[in-house]
Amino acid sequence: MTDSQLLSTKQVADFVANGCLRFEGLVPDDINEAGLEEMRQLSSQRFSPEGISPPDTGTPLSECYPPPSAIGAFLRLPSITGIIESLVGPEPTFDHDWTHHIGGGDLAGQHLHVDAIIDTTDPSFDIQLFWFPHDVAPGEGGTRYVPGSHLNRVHAGVTAAYQHIVGDQQAHGPAGTVYVFHHGLWHAGQPNPTDRSRWMHKTRLNPSVPQVRLWDTSDLADFQNTPSDHIFANTQPGKVGDTLRTWQPWLGVLEQRHEVVQRTKLWRYLTGDTTYDVDHYLTRLDRPLLGTDVVDHA
Amino acid sequence: MPERQQILQLWLSTAALDTNVVAWAFYDGADGEGPSVPTESPPYSSGVAALKDGWFLLQAPQPVAPRRDHGQHQSTGLTYGFVFERRV
Repeated sequence: MTDSQLLSTKQVADFVANGCLRFEGLVPDDINEAGLEEMRQLSSQRFSPEGISPPDTGTPLSECYPPPSAIGAFLRLPSITGIIESLVGPEPTFDHDWTHHIGGGDLAGQHLHVDAIIDTTDPSFDIQLFWFPHDVAPGEGGTRYVPGSHLNRVHAGVTAAYQHIVGDQQAHGPAGTVYVFHHGLWHAGQPNPTDRSRWMHKTRLNPSVPQVRLWDTSDLADFQNTPSDHIFANTQPGKVGDTLRTWQPWLGVLEQRHEVVQRTKLWRYLTGDTTYDVDHYLTRLDRPLLGTDVVDHA
Repeated sequence: MPERQQILQLWLSTAALDTNVVAWAFYDGADGEGPSVPTESPPYSSGVAALKDGWFLLQAPQPVAPRRDHGQHQSTGLTYGFVFERRV
């Protein structure tokens, strides 16, 4: 993947803060058009003994969808390999994929949910690529998602009750728009009020290496804040801490701090910096009882 | 036609009824024959605003005890959910 266009530190920090990244019109038209046809085939033939089948779970990504394959061409775009490599490493394994098709006029939407239900609680994460091969205007059935919900760990049924959340979003964009989700992001398929089918291909990938400094870290030293960056003391504008404090309207002011703690833990993992902090939260928690080595997080 | 129940769930930003709505859900036992609530923006600015409009509070969130270890900082869904009803 030497041609991979790696993400910047700012982009990875945005992913940690929001649980998603959006790339508008990233995929070229010829791959979108061929991809749409391959999605139709995969959707109808996935479970049949003949025709196109998805890769086996656990397959190294480089062995998935060999040429000729539009889905494979998508996965091998330098922009896509750069996203993948930056977040889950150069040779992640294939978890599963799914072609989502909602017919025109299908007004049944999904409840808000998280996908796998059974996930680790350590900071490692899978990514899900959402590829929209045709135009999707706002309100035309693009996936609903809740920015910043990815580290809020819920029983899967709980989020189903949230019919409307202040600040939720719907995927949209010109053909070739790609969303990248942390596996924990709350989301839901939406009704399609148009008279046209809506297609989207989702691919889940597992890391096979520690997810530590995999992106283009040439700007990390300049962008990283020091642990003294504290919103109630002195802040360091324009640094990572600013991004990790990204506020979402569904959080309220107090609850947001819990999310900042989780984002800070994830940033520690991604950077390998166990002293990193935002607003002094983890430093306080990690401070042992003075005169002892006892750490009491209560 | 006997009275039928409409249920409004409001999730607020804190446990106080006069704080702002961050999420909501509406279930209509009247099957559209009674008043509805908007879907594009919160139906009320706060729980108190819902009371003033005739909703009756059925359930308030229970206090959540802090857990030992870092778990006390692990959020699990929206914390402050209130359930209201009105009969139409």
